[in-house]
Amino acid sequence: MSVPTTLTVNGVKRTIEIDDPRVTLLDLLREHLHLTGTKKGCDRGQCGACTVIVDGRRINSCLALAISHDGAEVLTIEGVAQSGAQGGRLHPVQEAFIAHDGLQCGFCTPGQIMSAIAVIQEGEAGDDPERVREAMSGNLCRCGAYQGITEAVLEAQKALGAASVRKVA
Amino acid sequence: MKPFDYVRPATVQAAVAAAAEPGAVYLAAGTNLLDLMKGGVSRPNRLVDVSHLPDLDRIEELADGGVRIGALVRNADLARDLSFARRFPAVAEALLSGASAQLRNAATVGGNLLQRTRCAYFYDTASACNKRDPGAGCDARFGDNRQHAVLGWSESCIATHPSDFCVPLVALDAVVEIEGEAGRREIPLENFHRLPGDTPQRESMLEPGEMIVALRLPAAAAQFAAHARYLKIRDRTSYAFAVVSAAAALRIAGGAIAEARLALGGVALKPWRAREAEAILNGARADAALFDRAAQSALAAAKPSGGNGFKIELARRIVKRALTLAAAGTPERMPALPASPFAAVSGEVIHA
Ligand SMILES: Cc1cc2nc3c(=O)[nH]c(=O)nc-3n(C[C@H](O)[C@H](O)[C@H](O)COP(=O)(O)OP(=O)(O)OC[C@H]3O[C@@H](n4cnc5c(N)ncnc54)[C@H](O)[C@@H]3O)c2cc1C
Ligand code: SF4
Ligand code: FES
Ligand code: FES
Repeated sequence: MSVPTTLTVNGVKRTIEIDDPRVTLLDLLREHLHLTGTKKGCDRGQCGACTVIVDGRRINSCLALAISHDGAEVLTIEGVAQSGAQGGRLHPVQEAFIAHDGLQCGFCTPGQIMSAIAVIQEGEAGDDPERVREAMSGNLCRCGAYQGITEAVLEAQKALGAASVRKVA
Repeated sequence: MKPFDYVRPATVQAAVAAAAEPGAVYLAAGTNLLDLMKGGVSRPNRLVDVSHLPDLDRIEELADGGVRIGALVRNADLARDLSFARRFPAVAEALLSGASAQLRNAATVGGNLLQRTRCAYFYDTASACNKRDPGAGCDARFGDNRQHAVLGWSESCIATHPSDFCVPLVALDAVVEIEGEAGRREIPLENFHRLPGDTPQRESMLEPGEMIVALRLPAAAAQFAAHARYLKIRDRTSYAFAVVSAAAALRIAGGAIAEARLALGGVALKPWRAREAEAILNGARADAALFDRAAQSALAAAKPSGGNGFKIELARRIVKRALTLAAAGTPERMPALPASPFAAVSGEVIHA
């Protein structure tokens, strides 16, 4: 049985014949669409390396069945920079990660950046580093680049002129 | 992962019919189920995907002042719903202390209630586990069991229920709405999860094929909003299950506790309501000696199931701290580290 599944990935509509419902969203991105920017760390929801933004919300793509997300809009690390004739421009969060050494080996970085983009959109952490760390705690970094990551999120947020702290409760 | 067939019914009735087949299970977000399927712990023949069912993703205010939460409401959406979080702050705090932002964005209310134990031997198919394989034995009983139960356990199984969300819910008299082939029924959450006894494979009161459609909190649960906390001790600061946790909710009138609610997490195979401790608190003046007595009472029946005697004292202390912080008042704003017992003041920086 093969079921056509339609996803809009980084703005492009893609229809994929899923011949096995066991395929996760992560494997669909990496193995079927060859978008290997999204990483597989633990494959069990424990590390955040596979973080992508689905219908505006960050999730772990390793614990999502692709077939269950028929019709969804997916944003991956490949889709965040602006493309352009002169080579385009990195996303402000990507720039901030570079400026603040928010990485070492880089394996966790796509997930960190997708999570950071979502943290800024969620608008709940404000300029409190403790809230940023808590909001980013679903992304582990084996190299321990946490200090640079926190700084990068705070700076990118400023650069993006994000809305001030939204009241949570 | 074992192959399975996948169905996506359009109505609750069709879902219930599709799940009646032996070997069928419901799929919500899959954050627990897929993990277990990848490990070969769950081996369903059929997944009944309920995540697209209409109308189950709503938070409804009821005419009697209660609230009804659809089974597909995402954990993050419930915690972020301002009106809900204001009326049931300990529930919001528990939700925000669970898992990670990514997981909370996906995880559903129904899936959270029905998540399986995190016992490492249950997860390891090479180990003996009565829950996975009835009659096989329990390798946790004399194994690495520092995280295991201290209340309500049996020789058959010493596992705990891992949900944070369920702990304040059980304190606040939440009710589970269930749909099955025989129609609709409801069960108080307090009676929903089963203690292990001789049948640890039977985890809840759901009959095969029954589905959770909603969860209700009664209007009275909102009367605790000014003095309600959930506190959770973890092995690391964030993104970790509770070693022990407690939800405390007080209704304070005329300088005394008019009514108290107390429940513990991480201590048993179900969220543990401490009714005798509540009786000690009801009508009394809030002070440290009273909270000590309540904490002693809440753990009076506790006994170690292995190398986890420390959890009993830790649980007493978390109960006392939860009561103390609840009496001090619900913080204006959600603490930076929700449910952390280490931040005395909301927003206080814990790590320099
Ligand atoms: C790394 C990690 C850390 C975590 N940390 C925490 C934590 O600190 N605290 C915490 O509380 N939780 C934690 N969780 C667990 C998380 O809360 C659950 O995985 C989640 O709530 C499950 O919801 P779901 O919608 O994904 O359920 P699914 O995985 O889809 O389903 C879970 C179970 O419920 C059944 N089910 C789902 N919906 C229904 C329904 N409506 N009716 C009947 N049956 C249904 C399924 O058949 C399945 O058996 C963690 C998970 C991970 C992976
Ligand atoms: S404690 Fe329960 S879940 Fe863990 S191995 Fe024993 S029977 Fe299985
Ligand atoms: S690969 Fe998905 S969380 Fe680790
Ligand atoms: S940069 Fe190496 S894991 Fe984070």
